[in-house]
Amino acid sequence: MATDVHRPVTETVTGPAPEAARVLDGAAVRVRGLGRAFGGRAVIDGLRLDVAPGEFVALLGRSGCGKSTLLRVLAGLDREVEGQVLVPRRKAVAFQAPRLMPWKRVWRNVLLGLPGRPERGLAERALAEVGLGHRADAWPKTLSGGEAQRASLARALVREPDLLLLDEPFGALDALTRIKAQKLVAELWQERGCAVLLVTHDVDEALLLADRALVMENGVIAYENEIDLPRPRDIADPRFADLRAQLLDRLGVEGVHSAVGQ
Amino acid sequence: MTVDQAAPAGAAPPRAERPVAPRTPVSPTAGPRTGPELVPVVPVSAGHRSAPRWLRRAVVPVFLLALWQVLSASGALESDILASPGSIARTAWTLVSDGTLPSAMFVSLQRVAVGLVIGVLAGVLLALASGLSRLGEDLVDPVVQMLRSVPWVGVIPLFIIWLGIGEAPKIALISLGVAFHLYLNVYAGIRGVDAQLVEAGTSLGLGRWGLIRHVVLPGALPGALTGLRYSLATAWLALVFGEQVNADDGLGFLMNQAREFFRTDVIVVCLVVYAALGLLADFIVRTLERLLLQWRPTFTGR
Ligand SMILES: Nc1ncnc2c1ncn2[C@@H]1O[C@H](COP(=O)(O)OP(=O)(O)OP(=O)(O)O)[C@@H](O)[C@H]1O
Ligand SMILES: [Mg+2]
Repeated sequence: MATDVHRPVTETVTGPAPEAARVLDGAAVRVRGLGRAFGGRAVIDGLRLDVAPGEFVALLGRSGCGKSTLLRVLAGLDREVEGQVLVPRRKAVAFQAPRLMPWKRVWRNVLLGLPGRPERGLAERALAEVGLGHRADAWPKTLSGGEAQRASLARALVREPDLLLLDEPFGALDALTRIKAQKLVAELWQERGCAVLLVTHDVDEALLLADRALVMENGVIAYENEIDLPRPRDIADPRFADLRAQLLDRLGVEGVHSAVGQ
Repeated sequence: MTVDQAAPAGAAPPRAERPVAPRTPVSPTAGPRTGPELVPVVPVSAGHRSAPRWLRRAVVPVFLLALWQVLSASGALESDILASPGSIARTAWTLVSDGTLPSAMFVSLQRVAVGLVIGVLAGVLLALASGLSRLGEDLVDPVVQMLRSVPWVGVIPLFIIWLGIGEAPKIALISLGVAFHLYLNVYAGIRGVDAQLVEAGTSLGLGRWGLIRHVVLPGALPGALTGLRYSLATAWLALVFGEQVNADDGLGFLMNQAREFFRTDVIVVCLVVYAALGLLADFIVRTLERLLLQWRPTFTGR
């Protein structure tokens, strides 16, 4: 209870803040019995999740299974939940759409919401990290899809989060740009050492980046798989194909892919 | 499963002897291949070498003006009905040089300005109140929506009874029209701000005031400027109505006076002035939009 790294996002924040806040040994996220229902239909139901500090976790699951909902809960954007949710105070989100404020130039977007009067240089350094140093003065409308997504990443990273939440951040990018963006995220994650929760539909992406892949189903984490491949990872690695087959199988994708592994 | 196509060697389909129509109309081996007929894609710049656009657009108005002048000169169009363009131009010159028109314009502009300021303030404040808070919405919006269905020009008699026949009823009328337009557009603008951006702002750590300042208000700005443009148009309309009823100075007074003496030339001059001032106001709003809305993806003003 020395530092308040952790803060519950549940509605039970009624207690005095110092008591509610706590440091858990070896956890960046701790979720117990999480429930979230929309109009009586439970989308998340009794979910349990732990993420270690600095761990990279990929969250997979069929469309509509509640991945984004879980991410929004962890981000503190959805508080109509039941159960216990502990997340770091410093967390940042990058959404599937970049969600830059169109009326602010890129560098102002990066600094938006930071406490105090942050300097422009801070934004420029963050933008340089994602290879956008030269676009600091641009309007968001003039950025390409990949550039906007990187700007959004810079905006998340400049907050120096202990937990980075990524909701299909590369979903809308073309294959080539996506590979570059994945590399970038891997590098930044290794530099920063923050915990990452990456929602993705792309099994290969999960296998390339994550320490652990989770599959969400029926409102809970139904399956998880350690990915203890050495980094940097190689798609051609036979163990990679094996893991991919297992995950695809778990996701209910029948056919060529799962056949390859068996 | 179509057996015809994927027939294995052993199981010949019963209709195999029937000649199957070729799937590709032109077989690659059937003689020299003739490509499709090619047509050039003409670059825009190399297109028609006709007169410039502005010239073409000016043709019809100039023709109508000439026709009008001819009709007036030949006596077919009497000056009691409509003065000729030439005499209107002369009248305009006299009205300007003897100071009548400038002073009338000044009076009218002053009315619009004061009415506009009051209307803008009232409209924006009410819109902020009901756009930014539930309580404000419940208190303000029903009343505004109810009053909106009253045609605002129709309240002139009431205003005259309440406020007399001086400046007050005219300014009140202008303010009323302006405030309604602005209220509706700013309110819609605030409520139309992308919820995803608000959520992103929240995730970045913006508080309520930060969200209002950095997300909601900038997001409502395009709507507000549209509202401003409409309310300027409304302000002119309110001015014309207000000054027609009773006035002893201003453009409306000039027109009323002209009516009594069948001075169609003066009336047309005043109409032209109204139109010119309207255009000027529109230009000002456009300039504002160009300065304030550069960020808009749909922006095409440059
Ligand atoms: N605000 C809401 N109101 C009602 N239902 C909602 C709401 N948000 C999400 N849902 C429902 O909750 C379920 C899970 O949604 P969620 O967005 O978490 O899915 P997802 O796993 O992220 O899917 P995808 O992979 O397609 O993005 C869906 O069935 C969705 O219809
Ligand atoms: Mg989703």
